Amino acid sequence: MKEIKCECGHVNPLGTVLCESCGKPIEGNQHIDGNDDEKLLNMRYDGTARRSKTYNKSWIDRVWSFFSSVKVGIWLIVLALVASMIGTIFPQEMYIPANAPNRDPAVFYEEQYGIPGLIYFQLGFHNLYSSWWFMVLIALIGISLVICSLDRFVPLFKALRNQKPKKHKSFLSRQRLFSETDFVTDHDMETVKKQLRKRRYKITEENGHILAEKGRFSRWGPYVNHIGLIIILLAAILRSTPLFYMNEYVWVREGDIEVLPETNGEYYIENKDFILETHDENDERFREAITQEGVVASNFQTDVIVYKANRPIPGAEPELEPIAEDSIRMNQPLEFDGYELYQSGYQLNEFSNMTFKIHETTDSDEEALASFTVDLRNPESEFELESGFRVVLDQYYPDYYLDDDGEPASETNFPRNPAFVFLVYPPNSESAEVSFLGIGRNIDATGENEYKIGIQDFEMHDVSGLTFKYDRSLPFFGIGAAIFMIGVIQGMYWQHRRLWIQRKKDGSLLMAAHTNKNWFGLKKDIEIVIENTNVNMVTDQQELEEKVE
Amino acid sequence: MDLLNISSTALYAAFVLYLIATFFFGATIRDKRTDNKKGISAKIAMTLTVLGFLAQLVYFITRWMASGHAPVSNMFEFLTFLGMALVLAFIIIYSYYKLSFLGLFALPIAMIIIAYASMFPTELAPLVPSLQSHWLYIHVTTVALGQGILGISFVVGLMYLIKQIDQTVKSKQRSWLEFVLYLLFVLIGFVVITTTFNAVNYNASFEYQSGTETLVTEYHLPAIAGPNQGTLITEDIMEPWFETPSWFQGGDAGRKFNTVIWSLIAGSVIYLITRLILRKRIGAVIQPLLKNVKADLLDEIEYRSVAIGFPVFTLGGLIFASIWAEIAWGRFWGWDPKEVWALITWFFYAAYLHLRLSRGWHGEKSAWLAVIGFGIIMFNLIVVNLVLAGLHSYA
Ligand code: HEM
Repeated sequence: MKEIKCECGHVNPLGTVLCESCGKPIEGNQHIDGNDDEKLLNMRYDGTARRSKTYNKSWIDRVWSFFSSVKVGIWLIVLALVASMIGTIFPQEMYIPANAPNRDPAVFYEEQYGIPGLIYFQLGFHNLYSSWWFMVLIALIGISLVICSLDRFVPLFKALRNQKPKKHKSFLSRQRLFSETDFVTDHDMETVKKQLRKRRYKITEENGHILAEKGRFSRWGPYVNHIGLIIILLAAILRSTPLFYMNEYVWVREGDIEVLPETNGEYYIENKDFILETHDENDERFREAITQEGVVASNFQTDVIVYKANRPIPGAEPELEPIAEDSIRMNQPLEFDGYELYQSGYQLNEFSNMTFKIHETTDSDEEALASFTVDLRNPESEFELESGFRVVLDQYYPDYYLDDDGEPASETNFPRNPAFVFLVYPPNSESAEVSFLGIGRNIDATGENEYKIGIQDFEMHDVSGLTFKYDRSLPFFGIGAAIFMIGVIQGMYWQHRRLWIQRKKDGSLLMAAHTNKNWFGLKKDIEIVIENTNVNMVTDQQELEEKVE
Repeated sequence: MDLLNISSTALYAAFVLYLIATFFFGATIRDKRTDNKKGISAKIAMTLTVLGFLAQLVYFITRWMASGHAPVSNMFEFLTFLGMALVLAFIIIYSYYKLSFLGLFALPIAMIIIAYASMFPTELAPLVPSLQSHWLYIHVTTVALGQGILGISFVVGLMYLIKQIDQTVKSKQRSWLEFVLYLLFVLIGFVVITTTFNAVNYNASFEYQSGTETLVTEYHLPAIAGPNQGTLITEDIMEPWFETPSWFQGGDAGRKFNTVIWSLIAGSVIYLITRLILRKRIGAVIQPLLKNVKADLLDEIEYRSVAIGFPVFTLGGLIFASIWAEIAWGRFWGWDPKEVWALITWFFYAAYLHLRLSRGWHGEKSAWLAVIGFGIIMFNLIVVNLVLAGLHSYA
């Protein structure tokens, strides 16, 4: 047996619960939608035959049934929800605070949170959202969404297209809203129809059987929104490829020109100036808040020029042609040729260079015998000075501190707090004097040095941290999100309402109604429609059912 | 009078109007008719509610004018706006269902939220660069509106539970319901205790270590829990009983934790006194008020407010949020705790909507879900701000 023929003559596919045409419950299939012991019919998919409920022989059938179950879908959503929660118990690796004593995750979690932290780290929860199993979970949701939607959309679409105004009595009486009226005049019938049309119901009539329907399109809302979600998931896959997404971080010093990464040397950027502004402490409006909370930044800005490199001869020094000159601010990124630059960080007051002088230790006027300048980013290792002095830069700590063992070390590679060990060779001498020098420090290790080095001058600069990226997947996310929104609004803010009216030759009338949501609104509609007629108001049989309990 | 004064007076007026409106909604209880034609007290109550809403609108606009930016940029402003959104959602839902009882429950919840909000610093604060974007207003107002509408589903779900749960026999449901009501008392406790100690200008300063910096924090409630590794500077004042554990993150974790402890204490005391006076569970006291409301109708309103609120929340909390994050930080999603909790909220309500597809989840189960859902929203607002630090930590 492939198909089921109903007594109304309509031939239904195998697995149908309610005849597509007249709605009569098909014997032997009522368990599928759980109508057996219920007074009311389950109208969820209009009793259509769904593949998942009909076939379960081959493994394909079983996989299909598994993923098309809403129960499974909900479980997947709940699992994703719980996993997301777990990821917020401790900070993710990228959010380990910058001022943490040790930012190495292998140390940080245990040090900060003890045993739970250690377990968290060992289970890989510190990178939970990029873990393979989280991805699999999201992918399963995607698969479930597609299969589930297909399983229901196709039969539902067919059934709603095939439906006939003439319905079987048992279909009508087992609707949630139902009424019987003994006698209704032709005039009353006209009133009802007129009112229905006025309320924008579409009326189909067949031998005194009426189907009034509105808002059917809202039934497609969930399928539309699921398509939107699928597009978003696909966009996420695109974004994981370099063709669609690139993200780099560049530090550019004031006055410098740097090549922009991932552009094959095609673009360069110059940092003309970094500007940090703060809110005026004397601003009447904010004075109180600023006194309490301290100074508040009002602007982070980098004035930049972007250059495009022309290389007439391959390998030669490029000619830089300015293509954009602008200020990058927070919330105002700079766009050029499909790339974007964001103001993302800054470092104030790094030292660019320092000029030192040599004088005799005993000279209280500290008269300079020689002087030299160290470029702190690219220090030379040896300086030959005019007066015959030779200075060797033995050690350089750009960001000096004393480590746990009391040894000098550099915390970062940025010249924020430079310190030096210089070997000074006096004129015509082969033996050196050792000098240790830093900001606020000038140490003569032996105490016997004849010459002393002092800081004469220095220059400083700021450094801008810029995010440099393109994200060509954004339009796809946008389209997906828009479709999702259209779908949810379509499904949530409109409802599919149907009214069936059957008037017999003797003037008696049956009326039943169904909606997928907002029963209150449907009842209000019916009240208005039957106003000033003899038709009885429908009773809500679900409510009656409850009262009996 | 300057703008800021007008603004705070208007907010105060709104609060008082909501309070009076609640009493008038209470008066409708004797009104046995559950049809659309309402008695005079319902009309007065609704008029007062709308007036209160308008007053709050005045607060909002004048504060905007005074500061030059939309007042949704710190905890006080956001929570106040959330209260306003809840009232707006109530007005919308009321105009459709005409259910006066809803006002009796929705307005007090809105008032608790507004009172809670005013315990946070209320000075005008300047905007840091990342907040200087029109998307801030668009994102935050839409989120609040969505949460306000979802808040109505919480209110209605709570009404459903109070009405339906049998108070005469001991059950898990009965205890959990009482627990939810107790939590509302904790919020009230927070307001009462904060107001009390503010009135006497209580102040205790601590010095504590945060990473490599030494910071000072001011307690306005006596310190039960001091800051982690903190030392009390103020003299002649109560010493803390213990230290806040180090895994509380974010600025001022100690002070916030201390406030939570005090709220629990004050809330419990008020709750116990109320119980002693009434000699009944709070749920049992309220239950008779809901005699004339149909459970079915409550179930439907609860579901519809989720149906209406879900798209608004998605738009504000995920889509607009992503657009702003893309413009401000160059990444539309960063797995920041606040973002994750918005996602969790979204997953949760998606699960709710799917569960509603099956009949077995209508009624009481779904009412519990509506209550839990709003619990997640409040968790995101309160706990995530206090305990889990992130880009968004407002207060
Ligand atoms: C996070 C992921 C998901 C979201 C946000 C989502 C969203 C929605 C929404 C808003 C509705 C409309 C509900 C209503 O009208 O009351 C819906 C309906 C539905 N969803 Fe999903 N969904 C998701 C995942 C899934 C999954 C994994 C499945 C697969 C089992 C699924 C199956 C369904 C079904 C069967 C419907 C009802 C369709 C109908 O009314 O005809 N959804 N979904």
